[in-house]
Amino acid sequence: MKYMLLIYTDWDEGPAVGSPEQQAEHEAYLTYTRDLAATGKLLAGDALQGTDVATTVSVRGGTTITTDGPFAETKEVLGGYYIIDVDDLDEAIAWAARIPGATWGKIEVRPVMDIPDM
Amino acid sequence: MTRGGVGTPARTLTPVDGSADADPGGEPIGDGPDPAGGPDITAAVTHAEWHRVVATLMRQTGDLQLAEDATQDAVEAALAQWPVEGLPTNPTGWLTTVARRRAIDRLRRDQRRVDKEELRHRLEADATGAGDAPDVAALTDPDQLVDDQLRLLFLCCHPALGPEAQIALTLRAVAGLPTPAIARAFLVPEPTMAQRLVRAKRKIAVAGIPFRVPDDDLIVDRLQAVLTTVYLIFNEGYASSQGAALLHPELCDEALRLGRILRGLLPDEAEVAGLLALMCFTHARRATRVDDQGVLVLLEDQDRTRWDRALLAEGDEALRPHPLAPGSGPYRVQAEIAAVHVRAPDAAATDWRAIASLYGGLLRLTDSPVVALNHAVAVALADGPDAGLALVDELAAGGRLDGYYLVPATRADLLRRLGRLDEALGAYRTALTGAPSAPEQAFLRGRIRALEAVASTGSG
Repeated sequence: MKYMLLIYTDWDEGPAVGSPEQQAEHEAYLTYTRDLAATGKLLAGDALQGTDVATTVSVRGGTTITTDGPFAETKEVLGGYYIIDVDDLDEAIAWAARIPGATWGKIEVRPVMDIPDM
Repeated sequence: MTRGGVGTPARTLTPVDGSADADPGGEPIGDGPDPAGGPDITAAVTHAEWHRVVATLMRQTGDLQLAEDATQDAVEAALAQWPVEGLPTNPTGWLTTVARRRAIDRLRRDQRRVDKEELRHRLEADATGAGDAPDVAALTDPDQLVDDQLRLLFLCCHPALGPEAQIALTLRAVAGLPTPAIARAFLVPEPTMAQRLVRAKRKIAVAGIPFRVPDDDLIVDRLQAVLTTVYLIFNEGYASSQGAALLHPELCDEALRLGRILRGLLPDEAEVAGLLALMCFTHARRATRVDDQGVLVLLEDQDRTRWDRALLAEGDEALRPHPLAPGSGPYRVQAEIAAVHVRAPDAAATDWRAIASLYGGLLRLTDSPVVALNHAVAVALADGPDAGLALVDELAAGGRLDGYYLVPATRADLLRRLGRLDEALGAYRTALTGAPSAPEQAFLRGRIRALEAVASTGSG
């Protein structure tokens, strides 16, 4: 089964930019991603820039409306994701729990919809 | 078609259920056509067999709804047939065989399923004895059956499901309680409960919650989740959110039955034995918790001759192979506390020092403020009300039990024992404003009246 692991974090809670803690977390992400890829279960994964540089787009009546900022102003924002292909939810939870950000943020585990011909 | 249906499960399952659960392999219960195959015994046997059949069907189909529906079909067939023909030699095998045939029929009729052909073939291949004389030995392989039942319990109590969903699923899929009965017990409209069950089953299927016994690194946590669900069901029988009165005895009966099933499946787990014993000791006192006028009766004032001897013995027997040890878990420790209480010949003989020490240990395991309050009470009875009051005040200052009526109620009782009657009266009145149920309110009003009488005598 395919799952998306969405990494939600509050930037105020995490290691400070440029700190040794941040460097350590970076290393931990690299190790985690390598381990996950080595199992052949990693389909995709990325880290995202912050919501301070997000742009929100909608189309109403044929007009594209572009606004500065995220869709929703929340403290905990999507900071990155992995898409994995594993046996079941227990395995997905186990991989989610190993994501470095899980110790200070939260990981949402979402099954990926299986749509034929897509 | 149905006679009585599973909507009216027999309340007294002890002999049949007890022996069947002690041996998950399923010893023959009846012996050919038997006058004991009447509608009551049929309802009792099918109720006792429900979880085994659902568990097997769940393994074979991977679809909990289908497993339940097919099991329901088989139970209805049994209710029609057994009273006429007598109990089959192997009820588990009989029900499983019929349920599988009905599952195949249901798959054949189901137009929407894309995987139905594959599933049907698997079921038919599994049907080693689909003929008239099913190979019951193969159907009820004891190890497989134990495994399937555990998988079913772990599935229903998976932490990815909310507590309410876990309880509802466990009562439906494992205990075999019909949805309307579950709805009544939890005071929600039937469609609400039905919806809760549908949503839970959808999440199991869509989110890929596995039907398997968790790996070693998970099993301790997952087993605690199962035990918590069973204990919540038990407490809901006493409407724990509402008070001491036993409002839903069927929930207590089902929780005890689940406890016995678990013990049969996991005889080496001290926590499983602890939970069963805890429920036995608590339930043994059910007739004495509230008096004829509906007033709460404290443990120390309960008529011990009216405690249920059979349940007390069952609790003792469950604990015997699992002596308390330094690594004992919270249910085993709580069972020990209950055991110390019920083993005392009278309230005065209660070993409060032992209970205080056990609560101290439990507090380290759980860090629960309610346990801290019980610890304070035990310390008060072991070392005097002063020592207890200091702990209660410390706990109240912590703020974690704000609004919980038992804090002022406990303070009031300790102040009364210390002779500080004015303060005690005030604390009882505070407690009364927060007391959730009629028996507790009646008890507190009685205490207030008694103190007011003393006060007026003293001043007059």
